[in-house]
Amino acid sequence: MSETNYLDGNAAAGSLSELFAVDLTSAIAQCNGCGRTSVFAEAHVFVDAPGMVARCPGCDSVLLRVVTRPNDTYLDLRGLTYLRVPNS
Amino acid sequence: MGIVSPGFTGRRRGGTELPPGQYLTRDFPVLSAGPTPHVLPEHWEFTVTSETGEVYRWDWAALMALPAEEITKDIHCVTRWSKLETTWKGVSLDTLLADVETGADYVMAHSYGGYTTNVPMDDLLDGQSWIAYEYDGEPLDPEHGGPARLLVPHLYFWKSAKWVRGLVLSDTEDLGFWETAGYHEYGDPWKEQRYAGD
Repeated sequence: MSETNYLDGNAAAGSLSELFAVDLTSAIAQCNGCGRTSVFAEAHVFVDAPGMVARCPGCDSVLLRVVTRPNDTYLDLRGLTYLRVPNS
Repeated sequence: MGIVSPGFTGRRRGGTELPPGQYLTRDFPVLSAGPTPHVLPEHWEFTVTSETGEVYRWDWAALMALPAEEITKDIHCVTRWSKLETTWKGVSLDTLLADVETGADYVMAHSYGGYTTNVPMDDLLDGQSWIAYEYDGEPLDPEHGGPARLLVPHLYFWKSAKWVRGLVLSDTEDLGFWETAGYHEYGDPWKEQRYAGD
């Protein structure tokens, strides 16, 4: 049982737009933990933390982490098998 | 009698000294990198795994049977808030580790929900850390890490792992959840060790 202390994947749009030229919230993401595929906007995003953490809506595994430091940004994508992004 | 006047002592109490870059808060912000686990005490277990693989276990009743301490400490979050004179009750890691055969220098704390953080063994001993299960005279709320959390108040508060379920002792230093994402491996607030390389 868990409380709803997260936002949806659109909450990650601002941080990700600093790193990617495309809008990732509409990308299809596959969780490396459970194999679920979903639109990234459906991810559960935790922002009240030292960094931003996006988790799988199915199994709660970490999909993506972003830590913004004074001079650089850490981006951890280990939890994603892939992101499928439409061509422009 | 001493040469320091009561007036001087009073002025010192009125002036609050915080680590660099911190501001004072009176509430207790809730930070979490994931959903809040709700672990009932009757289902709670705490383990210490030595570097040789030996596992030591405590259930809730065993934890409650150990001598507890009242703790009053300032806490400092890497997101820049500090809270002064927080009061806790818990069991010292000196007590829990007393019968653990180990020469390990490093510890990884593991939590229900999958969180991890690394702490040197030297920072867990000699009255520096506890498994805390009460805050401000009440059972520790799940959003603050209940039923029990690690309390290492001399380091940034991400080291005080909520929902702690075990410690894994090691001869080598591995990095935990935030430490692998750019945060400092040690995290001394007085040296402002927020990020790796600080």
